[in-house]
Amino acid sequence: MRPALCVNCKTERALIKRPKNHEKLCKACFIAVFEDEVHHTITSSRLFSPGEKVAIGASGGKDSTVLASVLKTLNERHNYGLELVLLSIDEGIKGYRDDSLETVKRNAVQYEMPLKVVGYDELYGGEDQVVETIGKKGNCTYCGVFRRQALDRGAKMLGIKHVVTGHNADDVAETVLMNLLRGDLARLSRSTSIVTGDSRSEVKRSKPLKYSYEKEIVLYAHHKKLDYFSTECIYSPEAFRGSARGLIKQLERVRPTAILDIVRSGEDMARLVPGESKPSCACKGQAPGALASAEDDIGGCGSQNGRTPGNEMAAMDKRLRENEAHEGLEIDVAKAMSESKTGSERQRELPIRGGHGDSKPRQVLGNCKRCGYMSSQDICQACMLLEGLNKNRAQIQI
Amino acid sequence: MSDATEVATIPITVDFSGGLEMLFDNQRRHSVALPAAQTSGKPANIAFLIDYLCKNLMKDPRSDLFVLDGHIRPGILVLINDADWELEGEEAYEIQPRDNILFVSTLHGG
Repeated sequence: MRPALCVNCKTERALIKRPKNHEKLCKACFIAVFEDEVHHTITSSRLFSPGEKVAIGASGGKDSTVLASVLKTLNERHNYGLELVLLSIDEGIKGYRDDSLETVKRNAVQYEMPLKVVGYDELYGGEDQVVETIGKKGNCTYCGVFRRQALDRGAKMLGIKHVVTGHNADDVAETVLMNLLRGDLARLSRSTSIVTGDSRSEVKRSKPLKYSYEKEIVLYAHHKKLDYFSTECIYSPEAFRGSARGLIKQLERVRPTAILDIVRSGEDMARLVPGESKPSCACKGQAPGALASAEDDIGGCGSQNGRTPGNEMAAMDKRLRENEAHEGLEIDVAKAMSESKTGSERQRELPIRGGHGDSKPRQVLGNCKRCGYMSSQDICQACMLLEGLNKNRAQIQI
Repeated sequence: MSDATEVATIPITVDFSGGLEMLFDNQRRHSVALPAAQTSGKPANIAFLIDYLCKNLMKDPRSDLFVLDGHIRPGILVLINDADWELEGEEAYEIQPRDNILFVSTLHGG
């Protein structure tokens, strides 16, 4: 087979076949296009303002390493005027986080960025047992909920109001799919938003790599020879998340555009949810849409495919679902359906499109009554989880 | 040396990254002398290499993390001399001496 030439420069040998459009590109053109597209996402969504201090949530993994590298490049190339800081959370998972933190420390030197590491013990201080119990649970949901808050609190310690994370298109597609399969349209809608947190929350969070394929992130890291850490977390993800992830990867194999198509479908569905977010890529000049509650951000850490459908995980998943108490939403949709059916124009009216002023109790962003962190529930997810952990501990002690 | 039945081999290097190292003795680079022909007599290709690696090089019993239903697990990228294998004919690519084949997993957290 004769080597194909890059469709862009038409001189170099093509090394990359882009999943989104099958374009064949050489190394240099691929790197340039990848960076340009992230730049487009940043400018069209007006993610940053000049002089802004931005913390990069850094795990040492491929996504956050690529994010740090690309942001440094773009900040210098396009004069964003950003002050970039690496922010890492140490969950205390031995043999995983301690090794990956070494990578982050090297990244800090390579990218000439200050690094702040925040430990769980520091945040949920004094309660060693709780920290230990969180560690033992070793579940993506626990980890995700606590880490998200930890990033916010770490940013606050640094006096920074904007945290960027390395969530990619595959992560967003996975979350869209999971929420679709759960029938949770409200959360689906919020999960597609590029920015989370609003004017009332002290820290906003965004995902500049939202439209970047995981495949291209890995290839970018490979071709730029970035230093990243890739040993699997010693804990496996919940079976459900693993299945969603496996499905996405299989779809990509058959139809590579599927991933961005799912992301776009998620954004379109978001527009159908009453009062929820508008399209997040503001290509047509509108400001980024309604902001999503921070706790609805993408969960988990996008790790391996689920291989351990263990009972413990299933039990915890069940308890979590009870804790999250979003049954209200499911009832809400059903109620809306039946209400509109009694109406005279049920043929023409899809209740979910709504906006007719009927007072649907949708989630509103407020603050947790216990810790004051932003939450769409009375009690935030982290406090719910902590309560569950404390109950478990009491049982063990008896 | 004295083995008269010794088969012709192709010298190649095989790299594993993105977490796949752990399936192959925690070692990133392996030099492999791949049989030049498959049992069917056809020249060695990528499909044959994948099967060969599972049978001869993998130290970990969890082969399903590398191969699923007889093919490379979706989410694992294959680069042939730094080029996406999709540009080279994927499983059907016939392996040449001194080729470098890289398997990189995208499945790990980041």
